[in-house]
Amino acid sequence: MPDVQTLVNEFLNQLKKRKIEGSQATAKQTAELLRSVISQQRVPHTNQTTALINAVRAVGEQLIAANPVELAVGNIVRRVLHIIREEDLSLATAAMAGLGVSAASDDEDDVERGENSVLSAAVVAAAARSTLRPPSLQTLLEDTSESAAAPHTSSSGGESDGRSRSVEKGSKSRKLKHDVLEAVNELIQDISTCYEQIAEQAVEHIHHNEVILTLGSSNTVLEFLYAAKEKQRSFKVFVAEGAPRYQGHLLAKELAARGLQTTIITDSAVFAMISRVNMVIVGAHAVMANGGVIAPVGLNMVALAAQRHAVPFVVLAGSHKLCPLYPHNPEVLLNELRSPSELLDFGEFSDCMDSASGTGSLHVVNPTFDYVPPKLVSLFITDTGGHNPSYVYRLIADYYSADDLVVKRRPTTGS
Amino acid sequence: MDAPRVTRSSGDHNIRCVGLLASDSSATTIPPSRHSGDRHMISGDFDSSKNPNLVTAIEKKEESLQSSSKPLKAKTTKAERRALQEAQRAAKAAFKGEGSKAVGESDRAAQGKSTKQSSEKKGGPPCASPGDTDMKAGDRSLEKDRKKDAPPPQIQFGSKSQMERARKRGVVNPTESGNGVELFQHLPQYEHRTQLSNLESKFFHNDLVHPAVLEVGLRYSTGDISGGNARCIAMLRAFQDAIRDYCTPHEKVLVRDLTSKINSYVSFFTECRPLSMSMGNAIRFVKSRIVNLPLSHSEFEAKAALCSDIDRFINEKIVLADKVIVQHAFTKVKDGDVLLTYGLSCVVEMTFLYAHELGKQFRVVVVDSRPRLEGQALLRGLVAKGLSCTYIHINAVSYIMHEVTRVLLGASAVFSDGTVYSRVGTSCVAMVAHAFRVPVLICCEAYKFHERVLLDSICSNELGDPDAIARVAGRMDVDYLKNWASEDNLKLLNLMYDATPSDYVSVIVTDYGIVPPTSVPVIVREYLREHLLF
Repeated sequence: MPDVQTLVNEFLNQLKKRKIEGSQATAKQTAELLRSVISQQRVPHTNQTTALINAVRAVGEQLIAANPVELAVGNIVRRVLHIIREEDLSLATAAMAGLGVSAASDDEDDVERGENSVLSAAVVAAAARSTLRPPSLQTLLEDTSESAAAPHTSSSGGESDGRSRSVEKGSKSRKLKHDVLEAVNELIQDISTCYEQIAEQAVEHIHHNEVILTLGSSNTVLEFLYAAKEKQRSFKVFVAEGAPRYQGHLLAKELAARGLQTTIITDSAVFAMISRVNMVIVGAHAVMANGGVIAPVGLNMVALAAQRHAVPFVVLAGSHKLCPLYPHNPEVLLNELRSPSELLDFGEFSDCMDSASGTGSLHVVNPTFDYVPPKLVSLFITDTGGHNPSYVYRLIADYYSADDLVVKRRPTTGS
Repeated sequence: MDAPRVTRSSGDHNIRCVGLLASDSSATTIPPSRHSGDRHMISGDFDSSKNPNLVTAIEKKEESLQSSSKPLKAKTTKAERRALQEAQRAAKAAFKGEGSKAVGESDRAAQGKSTKQSSEKKGGPPCASPGDTDMKAGDRSLEKDRKKDAPPPQIQFGSKSQMERARKRGVVNPTESGNGVELFQHLPQYEHRTQLSNLESKFFHNDLVHPAVLEVGLRYSTGDISGGNARCIAMLRAFQDAIRDYCTPHEKVLVRDLTSKINSYVSFFTECRPLSMSMGNAIRFVKSRIVNLPLSHSEFEAKAALCSDIDRFINEKIVLADKVIVQHAFTKVKDGDVLLTYGLSCVVEMTFLYAHELGKQFRVVVVDSRPRLEGQALLRGLVAKGLSCTYIHINAVSYIMHEVTRVLLGASAVFSDGTVYSRVGTSCVAMVAHAFRVPVLICCEAYKFHERVLLDSICSNELGDPDAIARVAGRMDVDYLKNWASEDNLKLLNLMYDATPSDYVSVIVTDYGIVPPTSVPVIVREYLREHLLF
């Protein structure tokens, strides 16, 4: 697959050089790349799920390593892995149904149906466990020998099926890849339309004569406010400029061009102005599993000010920003330090440093991201609706599998 | 305990029997603050020092005397002055019907009164306080006696009637376009420096402005002098020069004429840049010294006394106070500390250099923000002297706060409810420090304390140049706002100050010691009333 490899290398290059701006663009490109990987992957007749998963894992590991701070990449890789498992599971349950054994019937009464059914039930149960669905009581009470065999069977679920039914295998293999590709296309579609879905909810949250504060620039926020404006809500916006990138200037210009009353303030004036603000609406770089937010630098300060003045702090995030990892020391591990030249001009200070007496030293810190703890966030608005920070962990179960949290290529077990 | 109330009641008593019990009543009332240990001796006329209102009353009386062209009497006792006041009030009430004369008197009285009051307030031209002319002058003095602690309201720039009156006086330049931010329509909008040429021509023509004053005013408007202490000292030096060169014109009294000259200088300064709190308190001091000049002094002696008073003020209230503050703050610096500061405060800089000289090992984090980027000047000074510094932008303050042990901040003023009025962004830094449980120390001289109260940063502030936000110094790539003025819906807001709530402040380091924010009204009441008017 030299074709795919060149694509992968190209994308890796772009990620390493931080050429792609924005999580949406990154997520979309990742998904498209993985789609090509899957479509070009030749799946063996047996064990095809594992083959697909390993292929995606191999590429995903490289992508994540290229830019660990861009969490959207890892999110999409894990989403695709989850899709593969889900599709495999649904195919397996469909096959069970075809055999006359329903997916729900894994109670002991069906034991006499024969080895196939027992194995299939074990497969179903194991698959259920692995996709984070709440296991039924029966599966919990199952034989330990079955549960010992379950991990083995889960990874080679397709294989065991293949052993018993070689006839449907050909069609099944094509079906799996086909289903997976369909689901990945849906994922890409979702990523592209996440702005519209979030913006639809704008009317519920913005009323007349409201004053909104935001910092920096976010496409999601832009679309959100446009949508509210379209629905004839009149409101004012204060935009904090978001130094040292000054993206707030761009956002304010676009909002003003669209007819919204916009005022640009400096970041230092946020506390002064927030007492007259009704709502703070910001975008996020990533949302972590505990409900914490990785946001552009300065937003922790805004969130603290909003808490002090009891102003709702609303975070808009597409579902591709939802990350199943819990943040540990996020200021250091999930942060990037940018060039000091954005803050200080080297030429001006080099003379001062040269003539410095003694042990004078100058250290310039320019972080890109800030961590906002979940207790400061009032509401998440995603394309699936509005959620409390405490609900985020549950959303993760819909999108990700527990096995995929660490994306590492596992040595293949069995054949 | 409440000296003023006692005096008032005895004063009322004396109105019925003028001149009889006057001396007795004035002897029995002693202000409690007299007993507490002071740094300054109280000399001379304690009547006027006890009740600052009386100074106003004296001034007002003088103004009205001028209008009736009576010669100035020798210093009368308080009761006699009170009686005279009442008589004049009655006379004014009688003249109420005649519109012009009453308005003329009240206007002049208002001018005299408001020039004194306005030095207490920030951001409004002192000569025009049209809000006060709505009340009759007599009522106002009564009310002022009653609630002497209530500082006067500011000029409301949003009110059309007030703006009209202010324009008529020629004090306010009506350049406010409709482009100001709505929330701040009550504040003077920023006038571009190009207006300064009009300013010069207007004042220069009338030959009212002493060249030293002109120089200082121009340096204010260009931003050459900035920082509360620097501005105050520059202004006082300019006043000294003006006083030295002053000659009493023919047929005029030194006190009144000099006061009106000072008023005109103050209004010129306000045109260049709205007054800061420190400047306001210093102006009150100068005027009270002028008014309290013994009449026996010749012009030469009076001028010498005034100049030495001003010297003493600068020395005691600013220079020595700074040294004391540095000593106090130094006791709070330990080895291994990481100290954070925001912007450029001269006292904090002095503390760092002093501690470094004495060999304390510590790091400094300098937080800076747009558009003034004052932290860079501080950074230069510190690095040149050999301190290890970290420089961040204010957005990154939550990133760095976990390694900070103490936060030292400066202030432009501290109000009586403990609110700290300082460069915009100070409240953000204090809030984040509070969230991380880092102690916040405000280093502020006591002469910057004020009896006003302030709840938020919107009611009272200063607006800076909006173009300073559009342009980013040193970053040619950031020019998204090249033509921002052409956008109708786009406004730029450049606030200069903000109010930090008192619960974010751990202690205030003053020349009276290290005090909690709740002690500020006590210091204002006990020490500053007398000593500022000393």
